[in-house]
Amino acid sequence: MPVSAAPDFLPAVPEIALACAAMLLLLVGVFRGEGSARLVSWLSVLVLIGILALTARFDGARQVGFYGMFVTDPFALFMKALLLVGSAVSIVLSVRYNDDHRIARFEFPVLVLLASTGMMVMVSANDLITLYLGLELQSLALYVVASFDRDSVRSSEAGLKYFVLGALSSGMLLYGASMVYGFAGTTGFAALAKLLTTGAMPSAGLVIGVVFVMVGLAFKVSAVPFHMWVPDVYEGAPTPVTAFFSVAPKIAAIALFMRFLIEPFGGLLAEWRQIVVFLSIASMVLGSVAAIAQSNIKRLMAYSSIGHMGYALIGLAAASPSGIRGVLIYMAIYLFMNVGSFAVILCMRQHGRMLEGINDLAGLSRSQPGLALALAIFMFAMAGIPPTAGFFSKLYIFFAAIDAHLTGLAIIGVVASVVGAFYYLRIVKVMYFDEPAIAFDRPLAPELKAVLVVTAVVTLFFFLLPDPIVGGAEAAAASLFGR
Amino acid sequence: MSHWPLLSLVTFLPLVGAGFILTTRGEAETVARNARNIALSTSIIVFVLSIALWVEFDSSTASFQFVEQARWIKFGGLQINYHMGIDGISLFFVLLSTLLTVLCVAASWQSVHAQVKEYMIAFLVLETLMVGMFCALDFIVFYVFFEGVLIPMFLIIGVWGGPRRVYAAFKFFLYTLLGSVLMLLAILAIYFQTGSTDIEVALTHAFPFGLQKWLFLAFLASFAVKVPMWPVHTWLPDAHVEAPTAGSVILAGVLLKMGGYGLVRFSLPMFPLASHYFTPLMFALSAIAVIYTSLVALAQTDMKKLIAYSSVAHMGFVTMGIFAVTSEAVQGAMIQMLSHGLVSGALFLCVGVVYDRMHTRDIDRYGGLVYRMPAYAFVFMAFTLASVGLPGTSGFVGEFLILLGTFRVSTLECFLAATALFLGAAYMLYLYRRVIFGTITRDDLRNILDLSPREKAVFAPLLILVLWMGVYPSSFLVPIRASVDHLVQQVSAAQGVQRASAE
Repeated sequence: MPVSAAPDFLPAVPEIALACAAMLLLLVGVFRGEGSARLVSWLSVLVLIGILALTARFDGARQVGFYGMFVTDPFALFMKALLLVGSAVSIVLSVRYNDDHRIARFEFPVLVLLASTGMMVMVSANDLITLYLGLELQSLALYVVASFDRDSVRSSEAGLKYFVLGALSSGMLLYGASMVYGFAGTTGFAALAKLLTTGAMPSAGLVIGVVFVMVGLAFKVSAVPFHMWVPDVYEGAPTPVTAFFSVAPKIAAIALFMRFLIEPFGGLLAEWRQIVVFLSIASMVLGSVAAIAQSNIKRLMAYSSIGHMGYALIGLAAASPSGIRGVLIYMAIYLFMNVGSFAVILCMRQHGRMLEGINDLAGLSRSQPGLALALAIFMFAMAGIPPTAGFFSKLYIFFAAIDAHLTGLAIIGVVASVVGAFYYLRIVKVMYFDEPAIAFDRPLAPELKAVLVVTAVVTLFFFLLPDPIVGGAEAAAASLFGR
Repeated sequence: MSHWPLLSLVTFLPLVGAGFILTTRGEAETVARNARNIALSTSIIVFVLSIALWVEFDSSTASFQFVEQARWIKFGGLQINYHMGIDGISLFFVLLSTLLTVLCVAASWQSVHAQVKEYMIAFLVLETLMVGMFCALDFIVFYVFFEGVLIPMFLIIGVWGGPRRVYAAFKFFLYTLLGSVLMLLAILAIYFQTGSTDIEVALTHAFPFGLQKWLFLAFLASFAVKVPMWPVHTWLPDAHVEAPTAGSVILAGVLLKMGGYGLVRFSLPMFPLASHYFTPLMFALSAIAVIYTSLVALAQTDMKKLIAYSSVAHMGFVTMGIFAVTSEAVQGAMIQMLSHGLVSGALFLCVGVVYDRMHTRDIDRYGGLVYRMPAYAFVFMAFTLASVGLPGTSGFVGEFLILLGTFRVSTLECFLAATALFLGAAYMLYLYRRVIFGTITRDDLRNILDLSPREKAVFAPLLILVLWMGVYPSSFLVPIRASVDHLVQQVSAAQGVQRASAE
């Protein structure tokens, strides 16, 4: 096992710094009392930006620390950058909302920071133990955040549901990990990979172990048939939390999914590919069909995110550098579309009360043309219509699928995207074709406006300057295969 | 030849106009007036620039002209270039798009009152996408424009359309999208064959026959919906009936041509063997389209719906001509598409004229208009006859060339198609008789006003062009000829090789 000459914890400096900062902010909150929520929130955003800068300081080389249990490579850096941005924006979105709903407590940003630490560990996991540590740190923070509006029955229900099902999936994952250890005799990814390159037939126990771990991970990325919790949790949790759930943990989980399958178990491609293909098809189809009947926009976004994970899994099923690249680009663009959409949902307020019905958007194009235009851009992007960014994310995914001769999967994917286009268009229809019914409160909060403008511009004009995201994803994907 | 990036100017100038409209502020009435003026002046400037394309166009070569190339996206092996250029096949479609946009803006001057600003922006964006689509020489660039068209058109039908606009807009969008996404997969498959998304490379690449069949079907899924060919034409009557007048004009005038253009530009030269293999199918579908939709048109009571069905019949002629793959037939198909773009656009404008006054398209509500609206009766007659294919109008040239070219390939097909000449005359003249002749029975028709100077100005260029194309078609055929001859030679050479090797 190559042990670097540099101090062993160097690759994990950003994670360590983030954990320390979270505890420091907890102290700040405790000493300054209840009124410090706003301060702690903005400090947390600063911390996340600082960690992002710290992460960006790593050069492209692959560094392994903690005796091979922790790895930092361009792939991890790319994913960490995405999830840090997602977490930071979620905190920004939550400030005004939490104030208005009298749930402004300093614990919220601290929990998000702790969850982010867990996610970063997940992305960098190079050992089954690290994987589980990161996953649980993330999950425990998320369970609390889901039920953060503790006086609301729906929010408590969401948290409880998430906790019970999440614990079940963690159990499965842990069971699978123990089987892998039992049959392979090691938990290190590098050692596992070496074991599988010898060419011997993998033992059935090992394969079963991998399947169990995959079940746990599929739960985290909310792939069908492990998606049942998603609509309820999305609907019940406070909206900024839903926005957070739909991006950062998804990004971390799909990153872990990719690393877990490609690095140690790349040799079992033939075994796991069929599972990923099934997850992908089921998610795409259910995501597009089940969303049609929804009238609550948060539930609709839940099914939409299930569908999007299905598309991302196509890239994983391709299991090639271009496939992984496709997933990375997909997740980056998904981050912008999704955060933007939730920013619009957070603007749906009347007399200080949040609205969640799709029909409440009626005639938005006439009452607030800017807001309607932004949401229309996001919806066309999610449907994958050019020239929005959403088209390019799907283009790269299908490119990889055709490359890997998964033509059938690609055809099902594009047909599902046409079905899915229906419900995205329905939102555009409600905003543009229907008569105005409700006027939302004005003016919009400045931070919401800023998030909206940035995400809408990126989504619409991605085609002008795609190189930063595409180039970054390319380097990141190459690092996952370049060993 | 000038060194100006003329194609990019023509393509993206409308967006600049749209940007200006976006910045207009103030009273609703002022904003509407400014939006109209900006849209009209922008579209006129773009049209004048596109005339420059025609003037500068070199008719002696089949290669692409006004070529522009720039690096766009690099993604692993996938290098996508911004590559634009036109040849004889695309030249007139660009002109058709820019001309019809001017006329649409002018025709909507008074009939659109609500959200004028957004309406004009939608039309200018639509113009950019249409022109860009006809100029694109890279598959991804082409696809972005091709599918991007759906967004403004969806909004135009849905926001400014008739009572069933929501249904029509969704049907239009989803039908077309389903076809397009299959083409996207085919484009990716082509990339893995040729190693490039460049259209010029793909046009000269010899694909294996087995793959050609699948790729042909995938492209057909997209273009057949756009053309539209029977049996996937059902979105068209709905979309036409519900769209505002100018939307119908663009739909019939340009959007349907995107399908025909695609078949000529891609399906024939890239998949010559598959085209040959599927020719009987294409002939059968075309013949059904021509005869069946003509009969359906006879039974219509809604003017717009009747013209919509006549569009399907006329486009049936076009697909027949394209797959006959003789020089005359393909040239005829090109002329027929241009002619249909002008004539059906004009007919929809004719319907729009009386619809603006009476707010109904029901044929039974009219009659005897000739007594109150002589100028209108004249204009309507001219375009009716052009649609029927009277010698001296553009319709005749196209249909004659198609029949001539098809006769050499299949007598039966030619015979079946020729019945449509008769049916076409029947339904168009029947429409004309019911609307224009007879006695005025309705009281509200007694005060109807004739064409205003603005409306005359809209019809004048269309009328001149239809007659020009009918009397002296060479102005249009000469630029087309080199490219079409080259195409036909290339396709027959490829098919000849195949036949020789099979024997």
